[in-house]
Amino acid sequence: MENATKLLNVKKLLKKYSMTIALAVVFIMFAILTKGKILLSQNISNLLLQNAYVLVMACGMLLCILTGGNVDLSVGSTLCLVGAIAAQFMSAGLNPILTILICLVISMLIGIWQGFWIGYVHIPPFICTLAGMFLFRGLGRVILSSKTVNIADKTFLGIFTNYISVPGLDDGNIKWSAFAVGVAIAVFLIVYTAVSRAKKSKKGYTMSSSLIAYGKIVAIDALVVAYAWKLANYKGIPVMLLWILLVVLLYAFITSKTAFGRYFYAVGGNEKATKLSGIDTKKVYFVAYCSMSILAGFSGLLVAARIGSVNGDMGMSYEMDAIGSCFIGGASAYGGSGTVPGIVIGALLLGVINQGMSICGLDNNWQYVVKGAVLLVAVIFDVVSNHKTGKA
Amino acid sequence: MELGGIALSDNILVMKEITKLYPGVKALNNVNLTVERGKIHALVGENGAGKSTLMNVLSGTIPHGEYEGTILYNDKECTFKSVRDSEKLGIVIIHQELALIPELSICENMFLGNERKGKFGIDWDETYSQAEKHLKRVGLKESPLVQIKDIGTGKQQLVEIAKALSKNVKLLILDEPTSSLNEADSKMLLDMLLEFKKQGMTSIIISHKLSEVAYVADKITVLRDGSTIETIDNSGHNIDEDRIIRGMVGRELTDRYPVRERNVSSEIVMEVLNWSVYHPVYTEKCLVNNVSFNVHKGEIVGFSGLQGAGRTELARSVFGKSYGTSISGTLKLFGKEVTLRNEREAIEAGIAYVTEDRKDNGLILSDTIARNTTMARLEKVCSRGIVDVDKENMVAEDYKNKLRTKTPSVQQNVGNLSGGNQQKVLLSKWMFADPDVLILDEPTRGIDVGAKYEIYCIMNDLVSQGKAVIMISSELPELLGMCDRIYVMNEGSMVTEMSGAEATQEKIMGAILRFGKNQNINKGE
Repeated sequence: MENATKLLNVKKLLKKYSMTIALAVVFIMFAILTKGKILLSQNISNLLLQNAYVLVMACGMLLCILTGGNVDLSVGSTLCLVGAIAAQFMSAGLNPILTILICLVISMLIGIWQGFWIGYVHIPPFICTLAGMFLFRGLGRVILSSKTVNIADKTFLGIFTNYISVPGLDDGNIKWSAFAVGVAIAVFLIVYTAVSRAKKSKKGYTMSSSLIAYGKIVAIDALVVAYAWKLANYKGIPVMLLWILLVVLLYAFITSKTAFGRYFYAVGGNEKATKLSGIDTKKVYFVAYCSMSILAGFSGLLVAARIGSVNGDMGMSYEMDAIGSCFIGGASAYGGSGTVPGIVIGALLLGVINQGMSICGLDNNWQYVVKGAVLLVAVIFDVVSNHKTGKA
Repeated sequence: MELGGIALSDNILVMKEITKLYPGVKALNNVNLTVERGKIHALVGENGAGKSTLMNVLSGTIPHGEYEGTILYNDKECTFKSVRDSEKLGIVIIHQELALIPELSICENMFLGNERKGKFGIDWDETYSQAEKHLKRVGLKESPLVQIKDIGTGKQQLVEIAKALSKNVKLLILDEPTSSLNEADSKMLLDMLLEFKKQGMTSIIISHKLSEVAYVADKITVLRDGSTIETIDNSGHNIDEDRIIRGMVGRELTDRYPVRERNVSSEIVMEVLNWSVYHPVYTEKCLVNNVSFNVHKGEIVGFSGLQGAGRTELARSVFGKSYGTSISGTLKLFGKEVTLRNEREAIEAGIAYVTEDRKDNGLILSDTIARNTTMARLEKVCSRGIVDVDKENMVAEDYKNKLRTKTPSVQQNVGNLSGGNQQKVLLSKWMFADPDVLILDEPTRGIDVGAKYEIYCIMNDLVSQGKAVIMISSELPELLGMCDRIYVMNEGSMVTEMSGAEATQEKIMGAILRFGKNQNINKGE
C-alpha cells in the first residue's frame, strides 16, 4: 500500500514537472548532437537574449489566454510599429530616453484601443486582434516608407544591449560580478525558503515535505550558479536579462499573489459566476489586452536595439512564438489555468530547440516542422494527462 | 407473457451483483436490480449513493469490462460497449443535464446522430413527419423547426422524451427529470409516464422528490453508499415518504425542516417598491411588472411561482441590475433609498444573490474550494491588493467546518465535490461576503434529503444572526416548512402574499391558477 502511494506521488511529480524534464532532456540531447557547442558560454548567454521578446510577450499573452483561451494576434505587428516609430524618431534626432517613453505611451494607446473593443464592446478577441495585425503592420511599413532604418544612437542601444561591467572586478577575462550576483541569488533563495518554512510551521500550516522543497531549491541554485558562471565567462550580465527578469517577476507576482491577478483565472474558469461575484469582467479583458500591447511595444524596443535596425518585416509571426510558449508551458487552451514559471519553461524549450537546430545546421524550413510538432505534442500530452476533454 | 411466439419473462431487466470500482472508491457494491416489464421503477438514494453510476453501467456509458456483474435484458445477457449498443435494444437514458443543442431546431436535435437518411443526405420530409408524430405523443404543439433555445426547460425535457420515443424506446431511464421543472410541469411529465406505462413502456426514474416517486412508481429501490438497501412495493401508490427516507438515510428523519425560534424583528432590511424589469433582448417584453415586497430582519421570506414567473429576474435585477433592461422602481435598504448600478455595489451594500445554477453561474468548478469561498469579497483576505493565501485557507477551512462540507482539503477543486457539497461551498462564498440580505435561488435543487436538511439549518443560523433571507423555490413543501412569509408570483406580477402559518400548497397553487385565469379573461376582452 505504501509503495503504491509512493508510486502515485512519483507519478504526480513527474506530471507536474513534465515540461521541465522535457526541457532538460532536449537540452542534453542537443548538447550531445552539437558536441557540446550549445554549452559554450556565448551560446548560453545568447539563448535568453535571442528569446527576450518571446519571454516578455508570453507573460502578457498568458493573461489573454487565462481569460478563456483568447490570444492576441497583433503583437508581432505592434512590435514592428513601435520599433519603426523608435527608429524614425531617433534618426530625426530625438532624445533616446524621450523616444522610449513616447514608444511606451504609444504601445499603451494601442492597448487601450484593443482593450476597449474587446472588453467593453465585446468584439471577439481573435477578430479584433487579427484586424490589429493588419492595421499595425501596415502602419509600421508606412512609417518606414518600406525601407530599413538603422538605429545608431549609442544611448538607446546601450540601454538594452550593454553588459554590466564593474571596474576593477570585471577587467579580466572572467567577469566576476556576474558570478558574484549568481551566488548571492542562490544564497538568498535558500535563506528565503528556510525563513518562509519556519514561519509556516510556526503558524501550523501544512507544508510540502522538506526533502522536496530543499531538493527543488538546491536544483534551482545549481542552475543559477552554473548560468552565472557561463555569463561570467562571456561578457558578464547583459542588461537585457535584467529587463526580462523585471517583466517576468512582475507578472509572476501579479498572477500568483495579487487579487487582480486572481480575476484573470476566475474569468477563464467561469465568466458568468465571476461577474455575479461582483468582479468587473470587462475591466479584466481590458487590462489583459492593454498590458499585452505594452509588452509588445516594449519587445519592439528590445528587438530593434538587438538587431540595430528596423524593417517592415520585423516581428513577423512573433505572436506565434509567444502563443506557442504559453501552450507548451501548460496554459490551458480553454482558459483559467497556467503560470508564469510554466510559460518561461515553455519559452526556453522553444528557444533551446531553435538554437540547437541552428547550431546543428538544420534547414530553416525543417525548424518550422519541428516547432509545430513540439507544440502539438506538448498540448496533446497536457490534455491527455490531465483529462481535460474540452469544456466538459 | 407471450409476444410474437417467444415467451418473455415478466422481468425486462435484471442486473446482478454489479460492482464498480473507481480509484479509492467503491461506487457500486454488489447491487441487484430487477425491473418488471411495463412498470415504473424508481431509484432513490442520497447523492453519491450510486444511482447514476448504476444507470451508466446499464446504458453502456460505463462500458462492459469496466464493471463486474451481469446484465440480463429480456433474459439475454448484455455486454454494452457504448450508449449506441444499448439504444439499439431500446434502452434510452435521459440525463439530468439535458443533452440538447440550443442553436439547432427541435427536429434536428431529435434525430441528432440518428438522422433520417434519404438518397442524398438527410431526408427532411421524413424527419419533419417523424418529429411531429413523436412531439404529438408527448403533447408538444411547437413546430419541429423551432430552435431549442426558444423554448422553456419544461418543453426541452419533453423534446428529450420525444427524442427517446423516436429511438423506439422500450426501457426509458430518466435521471432527475423534474429537478428543473415547476410543480405543474412536473405533474404533467409524471402523468405522461403513467400514460406510457398504459401503452406498455417500462421506465426507471431517479428522483430526489419523494412525493413524485410515491405518485408514479410501482416499485422503489433504495440505494445507499453503493449498495442495494431494499426494494419497496408501491403498487398502491400510497407509500409514506418517511418510509422511503428511513431507507435512504438509514435513520428516521423525525423532522424534515429544523425548528427555529421565529424571531422576526419589525425592522425592515430591504424594501422594493413598484419594481419593473424588461427582457434584455426582447426589450418590449415585461418580465417583472410593478412588483413590491419587503423583508424584515431575522425573517425568511419565500417566493413561490411557476417557471417563468419572474422570480429569478426580479432577484437578479435587484442584485445590482445583473439582469434585464429598463429596470425601474425604488430599492430601500434599512429605510434609505439606494441605487445599485452593478454587482459590486450590490455586494458592498449588503446584498448577496446565491444563484440557482451553481455550475453555470455560481462556482468556478476548475478552481479550489478556498479560492471559490473568497471570490465575492476577495479584498477581505487581501492587504494592499495582495492575497494572503494563508488567511484565505484559514477562512475556507473555517467555513468548511461550520457548514460541514465533506472534503479532504480546501485545496480540492470544487468540480470534484457532490452537488450538496458544492452548494455548501456556494453558500460559504456568499456568507463570507457578509451580507444583510441573502437571496437564495433554488438553494436545494438537485441535492439529497440529508444535505437539504443541513442547508435549512444554515438558513436558520443566518436568520438567528439577524440576517434577512429571501428563498426562491419551486418546491412548495420546503417553502411552507421554512418561511415566515410567502410571496406568490405569476407571469411577472405579484399575485398574493401570505404568512407561513396560513399558507398551504392548495392556497398557493389556487392563487396562481386563479390569477392565470383572470389574466386570460382580461386578455380576451
